[in-house]
Order: sequence, then structure tokens, then C-alpha cells
Amino acid sequence: MGNGTSIGRVRGLGSSHQGTHHWLSQRLTAVGNLVLIPFLMISLALMPAHDYATIHSWAAKPLPATALILIMINTFQHARMGVQVMLEDYIHEEGGKIAAWLLVNILPFAGAAYGIVSVVRIALGGA
Amino acid sequence: MAQARGPRPLSPHLEIWRWGPAMLVSILHRITGNGLAFAGLGLLLWWVGALAGGPASYQTFLDWVWLAPTPGLQSVTAILGKIVLVGLTWAFFQHMATGIRHFVLDIGAGYELEANARWSSLTILFSVAATSVFWAFVLLR
Repeated sequence: MGNGTSIGRVRGLGSSHQGTHHWLSQRLTAVGNLVLIPFLMISLALMPAHDYATIHSWAAKPLPATALILIMINTFQHARMGVQVMLEDYIHEEGGKIAAWLLVNILPFAGAAYGIVSVVRIALGGA
Repeated sequence: MAQARGPRPLSPHLEIWRWGPAMLVSILHRITGNGLAFAGLGLLLWWVGALAGGPASYQTFLDWVWLAPTPGLQSVTAILGKIVLVGLTWAFFQHMATGIRHFVLDIGAGYELEANARWSSLTILFSVAATSVFWAFVLLR
């Protein structure tokens, strides 16, 4: 391992052994979305009405509630990874990279947690 | 110790190339994906949060996004809401179609110039058709 050029500093270190995980996880969550989002869209399209009582009683049932919680996990993870790749491509300054790093590591988890709490509240009563 | 000298060379950017179907759907995949991530998931959280809040909060959501029972600001946001919802539906179908295209490319198929251009164009045809069918079904049945 040399210390001259940038290629020289990494030559011989081998791979980081995590090159495929991000790529593979993006595909796995994509397959999940391929099932979950059409389920949500078809369910909403077939609904006889879209008032509170109809939607709430549908979302409170076990299967829709499970699907909605899976959407909160799967879709937010898929979106998080996609947004991360986009930001990596377009942001080149150190300050911007830190801001992007904070964004993709905090916001999706906060959003997913709010979504899951909401579905649990719908499914298990309250309001 | 020598550091990288000066700014690194950048690859030619979008405006350099002559546009073709493959590049168009490639950037559309990114645009629709990020649109869905921010606008789509944002709206999803508003919807599910309003539903969890009870009848009054759900009615507020419906009034702002779709119904606009009173004239004023809501009549503007309800038009925007419809545009955003139709736009998100199209973005989902486009992102889904180009996502499936990526799966095909991932297994090493579909790189022949003609096939690549044809399937790229078909993703756009599919997303527009699927969006039209979806909303026709929701609004006309």
C-alpha cells in the first residue's frame, strides 16, 4: 500500500465487503413495493366510499393494517436508499454531505415511526 | 503526501447528449422515485395520521386535498391535491415500469439498442395508460 496517489492509498486493501448489500436491499424492497403498493391502490379504488367510517373500518382490519405497517417499513427503506443514491450523485461539498447524511438517517425513521403509530392506533382503537 | 490535484474530471452531464428513450426513462426513474419519496410518502403520512386522529381530522384532510366545501384557499389546494394525486399515480406506474426494466437489465438482458429503446418507450406508454385506466375506474364507476 503506497501513500502517493489516491489509487495507491487503497490498492491492496481488498473490497470493503459491503458493496452489494445496498444494491441488493434496494431490489428486495422493490419487490416488496411491487406487492404492497398495488394492494393499497386496488383496495382504495374498489372502496364503495371514501368517507371516514369506510376507510377507518377497512384500515383497522388485520390484513390491511399489516399491509399498511409493512408499507411504512418497506417503502420508507426503499425511498431512503434511493434518496441517498441521488444525494450522493449531486452533493459534493463536505457540509452538504453531512446534511444529506443526517437527512437520510433520521427523517425516514421518524416518518415510518409516525406511520406505524398511526396504523396501530387505527387498528387497536382510540380516537 | 500528494493529494488529488485540482477538481476531479466530471463525466458529461445530461445536456451534452442527444436524447433517446433510454436516457429519458432513466432520469424519469430518478425523478419519479424522489417525487414519490417526498410528496408521496408525505401525503401518505398526512392521510394515515388524519385517519388515526378521528372523523374531524380526516374530514379536514379530505377538505384540503379533494373536497373544498368552502370557497377560498381550500378551493386552490383541492385543485392542487387532485393534480398531485394523479401525478403521484403516474409517477408510481412509471417508477414501477422502469423498475421492472431495471430488473431485466440486472439479469443482463435487453441491452440491444433496438430492444432497449422499444422497452424504454413502452414504460411511458404503460404509465400513461395505467394512470388513465386507474382514474377512469375510480371516478366513473
